[in-house]
Amino acid sequence: MSGHSTYEPKSGIEKWLEKRLPIVRLLHDAGVSYPTPRNLNPLWTFGGILAMMLVIQIVSGIVLAMHYASNSALAFDSVEGIMRDVNWGWLIRYIHANGASMFFIAVYIHILRGLYYGSYKEPRELLWVLGVIIYLLMMAAGFMGYVLPWGQMSFWGATVITNFFTAIPVIGQPIQTLLIGGFAVDNATLNRFFSLHYLVPFIIAGVVVLHIWALHVVGQNNPLGIDVKSEKDTVPFTPYATSKDGLFMVLFLVFYAWFVFYQPNYLGHPDNYTPANPLVTPAHIVPEWYYLPFYAILRAITFNIGPIDSKLGGVLAMFGSIAVTAFLPWLDTSKVRSGRFRPLFRIAFWLFVAAVLFLGYLGSQPADGNAVLYAQVCTAYYFAFFLIILPVLGFIEKPKALPNSIIEDVLAKSKH
Amino acid sequence: MAHSDTTAEPTRRDFLLLTAGAFGAVGVASVAWPFIDQMNPDASTRALASIEVDISALQSGQSITVLWRGKPVVVRNRTDKEIEEGKAVKLEELKDPIARNANVDPSADATDANRSAKDKENILVMVKVCTHLGCIPLDESGEFGGWFCPCHGSQYDTAGRIRKGPAPENLPVPVYAFTSDTKIRIG
Repeated sequence: MSGHSTYEPKSGIEKWLEKRLPIVRLLHDAGVSYPTPRNLNPLWTFGGILAMMLVIQIVSGIVLAMHYASNSALAFDSVEGIMRDVNWGWLIRYIHANGASMFFIAVYIHILRGLYYGSYKEPRELLWVLGVIIYLLMMAAGFMGYVLPWGQMSFWGATVITNFFTAIPVIGQPIQTLLIGGFAVDNATLNRFFSLHYLVPFIIAGVVVLHIWALHVVGQNNPLGIDVKSEKDTVPFTPYATSKDGLFMVLFLVFYAWFVFYQPNYLGHPDNYTPANPLVTPAHIVPEWYYLPFYAILRAITFNIGPIDSKLGGVLAMFGSIAVTAFLPWLDTSKVRSGRFRPLFRIAFWLFVAAVLFLGYLGSQPADGNAVLYAQVCTAYYFAFFLIILPVLGFIEKPKALPNSIIEDVLAKSKH
Repeated sequence: MAHSDTTAEPTRRDFLLLTAGAFGAVGVASVAWPFIDQMNPDASTRALASIEVDISALQSGQSITVLWRGKPVVVRNRTDKEIEEGKAVKLEELKDPIARNANVDPSADATDANRSAKDKENILVMVKVCTHLGCIPLDESGEFGGWFCPCHGSQYDTAGRIRKGPAPENLPVPVYAFTSDTKIRIG
C-alpha cells in the first residue's frame, strides 16, 4: 500500500537515526501505520503465525544443534541423549519436532485461504510465487530434518526420496550419487543434510522478507476480494491487526502446546525410535503427514505413459503437483478474486480440498487394490482443478454482484 | 548493432567485453566444479569396492545377505523347484527382458541362465535393492516365490526378475567371480 509515510521522528535518537538509517520509519510504516483492510477475518492471522513458527523453529533448532552429533555412528544416541540427559532437552526437541507439523498446518491454512479468496490474482502473482518457493524450501527443510535422528524412517525416507532422482533417464543415477555422496545413504548423506538443514531456514527467512515486501507493495487482499478504494476501507495495522494476530497466535500456541505436552509423538512414527539399519526396510514406509498427499500422487502412477515409465511418471506427477501451483495466477481466468462471489468455483474448491485430504489418507495406507484406484481418481481431479476447471470457469461462470466498497459492505452487515 | 550510426564491424570495446565475459564465465565454472564434485563419493569410499563371501555353509534353499558398498547383496542357493520355475518363464512374460547382469553382455536376455552364476545355476547373486525406490525386498515372498518389496509392492521371481508392481528393472547382478568352489568375490 503505497502512500505517504505518517512517521514523524520525535526523540533525539530517532532524529539522529532518521538522517543515517531510517529503520524506525521502516518499522513504523510496516508495523504500525500500514493500512489493512478493515474486513480481514481470522484466516488472515496465519501469516503472522507462520513468522512466529519460523522463529520458534530457528531458535529451538540452534539449541538442538548444540547437543546433536551429525555422524551416523553417534546421531541416534545423541538424539536419545537430548531426550534423556540434556537439561530440558526433551522439551526443546518436542518443540522442534512438533513445531515442524504446526508450521505445515499453518502453511496449509494460509495457502488454502489464498486459494479461496483469490489472493494470487493480479497484482499479487509474484507474492504467490514467492510463497510457493517458501513452501518448497519448507519441504526440503522438513525432509532433511527428519533424516537427522537417523532412525529407520529417517534412513528409509532418505533412501526413497533420493531415489526419485534415479527415475530421470541417463543423468539420474549420477545425480543421486552426487546428492547422497556414496552408493547408498550413509554418513556422508547425514552430514550434508545436517549442514543444509541448518542453512535452509535462513534462506526461508530471506524469501519471507521478499514475500512481506511484495505484500506491502500491493497490499493485503481481503475476504471480499475487491480493491481498497479509500482510507475508510482500512484501519491501521497497530493496534487492529497486531492485537488480532496476537490473539490467534496465542490460540495457536495453545493447540501447539497440547501436542508438545500431551501427544508429543502422535504425529511421528514409532519406527523412527529404531536405529537406522541398511539391511532391513520397515514393513510400511510412510512419510510425515504433511507429505502424504504428494506421496499418494507418486504411487498413483502405476502405468506407463508412452515412453515415460511408471517410475518416472510418478516422480513427474509428484513434482508437477507442486509446480502447477506456481502457475495458478495465470491459470485462473476469472477476474473475480473471492470465492464468496463465485458459486461454481466454491464447489470446485471444496472438492479440491476433499481430494487433497483423501489423497493424504490414501498416502498413509498400503498401496493395494482400491486404494490405488481412488488415488488415481483424486490425482486426476487435482490436476484437472488447476489445468481445466480454473481456466474454463472464468469463461462460463456468472459471478454474484460485488459490493461497491469494503466500508459499504461492513456497514451493511452491522445494520442487521 | 541496431543503431545506424555505429559501424557493423565489432569494435575493440566489443572484443574486450566479450573476452572478459568469456574468461569470467570459464573462471566461475572452473571454481564451481570443486564445490560440486566434493559431494561425490571420494576415493576411500570407492576403494571399498570388493568383498569376499564364504558360501560353504549355504544349503539349498538358504540365502545370506552381505553388505557391499553400503548395499545388501543376497547370495541364494536356489532349490531345484525355484530353478525350474525360473526356467519355465517365457521372455515375453517379463516386464524387463534384459538380464541386468554385469557379468554378461549388457543386451543379453533375462533368461534364468543369464541371471544365475555361470555353470552353477543354483547360485544367484544380486544387489537386493528394489529398482523402484531403493527399499530392501523380503526373501522368499511374493506371488512369484522370489522377492517382495514391502514399500510399494514390487514382486520379483525366483531369478530376481521384476514381474509385477512399479519397479522398472530386474534386480541387478553385480560383478562377481568364484575364487574357489565355496568363495565368491563381489566387486
